[in-house]
Amino acid sequence: MLEYLTAFLILVGVYSVFTLGLNLHWGYTGLFNIGVAGFFALGAYTASLVAIRPPLPDQGEDYLYAGDLANRLDAVSAIAPFDLWFPVALLAASLVAGMVAVAVGAITIRLRGDYLAIATLGIAESVRLVFLNESWLSNGSRGIYTIPRVLGELASPQDYDRVYLFIVLAVFAALFLLVRTLVRSPWGRVLRAIREDEVTARACGKDVFRFKLQAFVLGAVIMAIGGALYAFNIRAISPIAFTPLLGTFIIWAMLVVGGSGRLYGPIAGAFVVWAIWSGSQFTPNALALLPDALGDPVLAALEGVGLANVRYFAIGALVVLVLLYAPAGITPALDRLRRRLPGGRGPGDARPG
Amino acid sequence: MPAAILRVLASPAARRVGRAAQLVMAVAFGAAAASQVELAVNGVFLGSILALGAIGITLIYGVLRFANIAQGDMMTFGAYLAFFLLVSVLPEQAGLGPFTFGFPLLVAIPISMAGVAALAVGMEILVFRRLRLRRANLVTIEIASLGLAIAVRGVVQMIWDTPVRYYPHEGREHISLPAGVSVAPNHLFVAGAALLLAIGLHLLLTRTKPGKAMRATSDNPDLARASGIDTDRVLLWTWAIGGLLAGAAGVLLVIFNATSQLKPTIGFQLLVPLFAAVIVGGIGNPYGAFLGAMLIGVSMEVSTAWALPTYKPAIAFLVMVLVLLFRPSGLLGARD
Repeated sequence: MLEYLTAFLILVGVYSVFTLGLNLHWGYTGLFNIGVAGFFALGAYTASLVAIRPPLPDQGEDYLYAGDLANRLDAVSAIAPFDLWFPVALLAASLVAGMVAVAVGAITIRLRGDYLAIATLGIAESVRLVFLNESWLSNGSRGIYTIPRVLGELASPQDYDRVYLFIVLAVFAALFLLVRTLVRSPWGRVLRAIREDEVTARACGKDVFRFKLQAFVLGAVIMAIGGALYAFNIRAISPIAFTPLLGTFIIWAMLVVGGSGRLYGPIAGAFVVWAIWSGSQFTPNALALLPDALGDPVLAALEGVGLANVRYFAIGALVVLVLLYAPAGITPALDRLRRRLPGGRGPGDARPG
Repeated sequence: MPAAILRVLASPAARRVGRAAQLVMAVAFGAAAASQVELAVNGVFLGSILALGAIGITLIYGVLRFANIAQGDMMTFGAYLAFFLLVSVLPEQAGLGPFTFGFPLLVAIPISMAGVAALAVGMEILVFRRLRLRRANLVTIEIASLGLAIAVRGVVQMIWDTPVRYYPHEGREHISLPAGVSVAPNHLFVAGAALLLAIGLHLLLTRTKPGKAMRATSDNPDLARASGIDTDRVLLWTWAIGGLLAGAAGVLLVIFNATSQLKPTIGFQLLVPLFAAVIVGGIGNPYGAFLGAMLIGVSMEVSTAWALPTYKPAIAFLVMVLVLLFRPSGLLGARD
């Protein structure tokens, strides 16, 4: 049970990082990115490729490049109290995603919003296709499965999840504080002005394109770091992990449910949506607890249509329903809860931005 | 060091570069010219399917100003409706003339089109109209269409599950055309059907009252409303037509492949080429969407001479980016 909870919280943390990046794009700047999976995959593959050992051709691993940082920086990390290669891997992931974001953004951000959406979707598809087909780069559909553990020498393999949870939370906290500081700074105010009314922002003398590009690149970098965190958790990645559903859409669901353009809501959104998504696999077990007359017909119906397919429908319907009936997500409910708590300081997070 | 160089030279990537070089040389010497023409012809056929989906997207964009992401999954829904009709309702019949499908498919196509049109109108009434009444901004509406895309695919998977399905089909020989080009008879049917629908749409837009009302609303919604056009009704018309075209495109997509593979992802996978066609042609312009679809279709097929066929969506994306670099509003788009 505790293991399950730990694994669950790690993924909530990882998805919170993606949601943070998407919130910067859509929630604060109004950039419509439906290709989160692309930056997710870029980050995951880059961080993995710089860290893993060289390929063994006799085992059918035909990728050419591996940074082997986990071993090369071993001697250094004997002196340093932590794994030096891990921050380097995160940095590499950020750099690659940042460069791709600059290239895509420079071409498409000047154009209308819908075009950026399609451009990001196109990038996500292209990135997935490259990792799938270029086996010299990424081992093709077999994926990469020799990803080392972070702080491997400090914790036994059984304890890895618990150690890693703290690493994920630490990275998320750092990124969260960075984003919070930025969106509350004058720079963040310009982003919100652009989101609300681009023409007025331009009339005030702001270089709208530059601000949008900066926000786009920073958001993409955050997503890539999320991808790296994802890779070192699962420690085996392949192109099928970066589908539009699990790589992009569920992150949108988290942001929409949490309330986009708010700071704390999306974290709750990530928690709630991931709880629904990963918890729904226990539906058959839960139904078994019910009296047979009640549980059996539901169970039979579920088996008829397939639980995975129901989840698919439910996540799409959830987003539509939230947009229709609770456009601010669960943030207003969170604020009410906070006010009722002793010492609650009112609707702190409720004001937009 | 020499060992490393040898390893690079022997790698699959290097071999692929070598193959590409061979192909380029072959083209240069004219040996592969016929197959190039054949690829381009196939591209026109693929383009005619893309055109049906792209015209639907661009029409909806014209009056509502948002890009409907659910269009691909509406195609999927149409393809599965026809599958249901062909397997469970209609009698099985031998292949019609040179085609791999029988007469029942000709019955299934209009019914699927009507079914998808009903789905599209339902989405407008239940979701999009309500969001507009709430004064939701356009991108929120676009996210709702992404949510609906996922939900529609969920419904398809709940009813028909995920394994690959097939329409009833028979094997058929290719037909030889002049210049050494051989085509699958189904491709001719697909192109014919798509052309028929495109001409029908052109007549509807230029000769009928609802069509003229649609164009007026697309040009200037406020002026259209002021001249007494019931714009809510125009929107229903637009969704119905977008749905009809998506339904037809879905079925044609399945008979386009020789193996008639039907998967829940066939529509969503086409989104990048579809939007590339819309944007290349100039968003909001149905004639541009047709032109864009042809350009994208031909580029995708011709690219298979030197790139893996799985890269086709990436090629569509690349062509879109190239066109946008030189003409930011598309080939036939109004400059804004």
